[in-house]
Amino acid sequence: MLDTVVIPLLKILILLNGVLIAVTYMVLLERKVIAWVQVRLGPMRVGPYGILQPIADAVKLMVKEDITPTRADKWVFTAAPIIVIVPALIVFAVIPFGDQVDLFGRTVSLYVTDINVGLLYIVSVASIGVYGIILGGWASNSKYPLLASLRASAQLISYEVAVTMTLVSLIVVAGSLSMVQIVRAQQDAHVWFVFLQPVAFVLYFIGGLAETNRAPFDLPEAEQELTGGFHTEYSGMRFALFFLAEYANMIVVSAVATTLFWGGWLRPFPSIQVAPLAWLGLVPGWIWFLAKTFVFLYVFLWVRATLPRYRYDQLMRLGWKVLIPLAIANLIVTGFVKVLL
Amino acid sequence: MFDTDELVINMGPQHPSTHGVLRVVLKLDGERVVDSDVVIGYLHRGIEKLSENRDWTQIILLTDRMDYVAAATNNLGYCETVEKLMSLEVPRRARYIRTILAELQRIASHCLWLGTHAMDIGAMTVFLYAFRERELILDLFEEYCGARLTYNSMRIGGLPLDISPGWDKKVREFCTIMDEKVDDYEQLLTNNRIWLERTRQVGVISGPEAVAIGLSGPALRGSGVARDLRKDEPYAAYDEFEFDIPLGGAGDTYDRYLVRLEEFRQSVRIVRQALDGLPSGPIIGKVPRLIKPPAGETYHAIEAPKGEIGYFIVSDGKSTNPYRFRVRPPSFCNLQALPRLIKGHLVADVVALIGSLDIVLGEVDR
Repeated sequence: MLDTVVIPLLKILILLNGVLIAVTYMVLLERKVIAWVQVRLGPMRVGPYGILQPIADAVKLMVKEDITPTRADKWVFTAAPIIVIVPALIVFAVIPFGDQVDLFGRTVSLYVTDINVGLLYIVSVASIGVYGIILGGWASNSKYPLLASLRASAQLISYEVAVTMTLVSLIVVAGSLSMVQIVRAQQDAHVWFVFLQPVAFVLYFIGGLAETNRAPFDLPEAEQELTGGFHTEYSGMRFALFFLAEYANMIVVSAVATTLFWGGWLRPFPSIQVAPLAWLGLVPGWIWFLAKTFVFLYVFLWVRATLPRYRYDQLMRLGWKVLIPLAIANLIVTGFVKVLL
Repeated sequence: MFDTDELVINMGPQHPSTHGVLRVVLKLDGERVVDSDVVIGYLHRGIEKLSENRDWTQIILLTDRMDYVAAATNNLGYCETVEKLMSLEVPRRARYIRTILAELQRIASHCLWLGTHAMDIGAMTVFLYAFRERELILDLFEEYCGARLTYNSMRIGGLPLDISPGWDKKVREFCTIMDEKVDDYEQLLTNNRIWLERTRQVGVISGPEAVAIGLSGPALRGSGVARDLRKDEPYAAYDEFEFDIPLGGAGDTYDRYLVRLEEFRQSVRIVRQALDGLPSGPIIGKVPRLIKPPAGETYHAIEAPKGEIGYFIVSDGKSTNPYRFRVRPPSFCNLQALPRLIKGHLVADVVALIGSLDIVLGEVDR
């Protein structure tokens, strides 16, 4: 009873709240980081250095009037934000934040569950989210959101292919689809997989930027072109759900990149046991995990502050003519090396 | 098998990237522009008609409100036209200070253009950087005449105010800063792959075609046509300074971008020379108390940041206001090229091209 129901439920509760808080603070972090890049201060009014800004934002969004356009398809319009946010949150179930720890005399694993097709689960669940964007844009019965949802469907489908292809070559190296096993495989290999699969990592990260609709691939919500894109007609909490899902997806992409390529909860130099590196082992695994994830999140923001936006046709060209061929080539090379060694 | 319809979409008058209240009715095939119709007039205030009922000095502050991001150049164009009509001699010091103000204004206007143009293409940091430098110019103008946007900074026959002590030093400091910052902008954009892809071969217009449409300013020089009134028909004190006219080759968005960036540097160069050679003397010539130009008509154009701004003024010689007042605004004439430029391009290019033409709706509609 305790092991099968109570502890998983507790984990889910903690994780869900943790993720939601992290997401709201990602918004603040983004505003702060971009402000610093742009020689501004960012939010400063709500709480010291604006640290209570996310709470103010949440309250504002919740009390705002929630408008459904008269000619919108009401059911689909309501369902779309839910379809976006749910996959973004349930993906976290298989992400290993750390190995097992001893807590109150029990051994607790720092992940909700470890399923043997974890990576496949992430890829497939994450790709459901795009339906919400497509349906939301369509159901608004408005022209700009419609254009945006067309962009979103084309973009997400093509980048999904590239990302999945890339991950296959990693699976070949790791020999497992389970997220926990992939981290353990890196421990056994004595090296983070990014050093074995650098091309795959770069492809994955670019594809991740595109899949999460982040700059420079933020075409579906290009404010300057489509006045906000698919969420033009959304307001209040429904808009907030789209917003939260985007940031949750950023965290997912960063966490998956950490797990697959950068050793998950492993410390740097995971298997070298020499005295000068001993202090690295004192830091708990989940802190390593969060720190690495944070680095990627920072890169997301950094990229957004620096780069202009791709155009629709250029984005598709990059996806189909560069990323996918590279991913396939990488897979073939990986396969040969694996067979030959 | 399937019928496809064209999607008619209203871009503007309330749209983040139409730089004010421009309305472009786009006919789209997917995201490709098949046809477009530019609708203007949302900011029409009747400045030309109003001017016919104001006396000659009052009109100066109406000209501020046309191209409100380059008010000093508008003032200059108008004052010079009236001076031409009255055959007034402007003191050399006034002409020098006018040149400094006009060139600072050019930098400020180009800063705004660069910021919004880059923002339209998605590079949002450049926007803040460019506005940071524009702010410095606004501070300089504020110190000179007290206003930050609509300066009313010139008078017929000269200037209302001399520069305050130490102002020239501040301008020099600004020139040093600006030189560095232009390099910064270039570092962010000029060789950026995404920027290149977004601007190269987008909105190409050949030199002869640009002349036929009536483009002027950087939009014309981007197509390789060497026409700059500062060189061709020198006014103020431009004939006394050395500067280059940057020219583009292909006539695409990228060339127009490069031309304007080089103009930053050339403007700084002119300002430096003007400060070095700033003569002493009066700042306003011998102007009658009541300005009443002799009967006649005249046209005079100067090189505003966005192109040639020309004033056509008719005086009947009897009243204290013009009989007819007409402006040739660069933004209005440049905007004519928009339907031709965006045809066949994607929606994303439409915003890039509106930005690339550098229009101000206050001037288009007047």
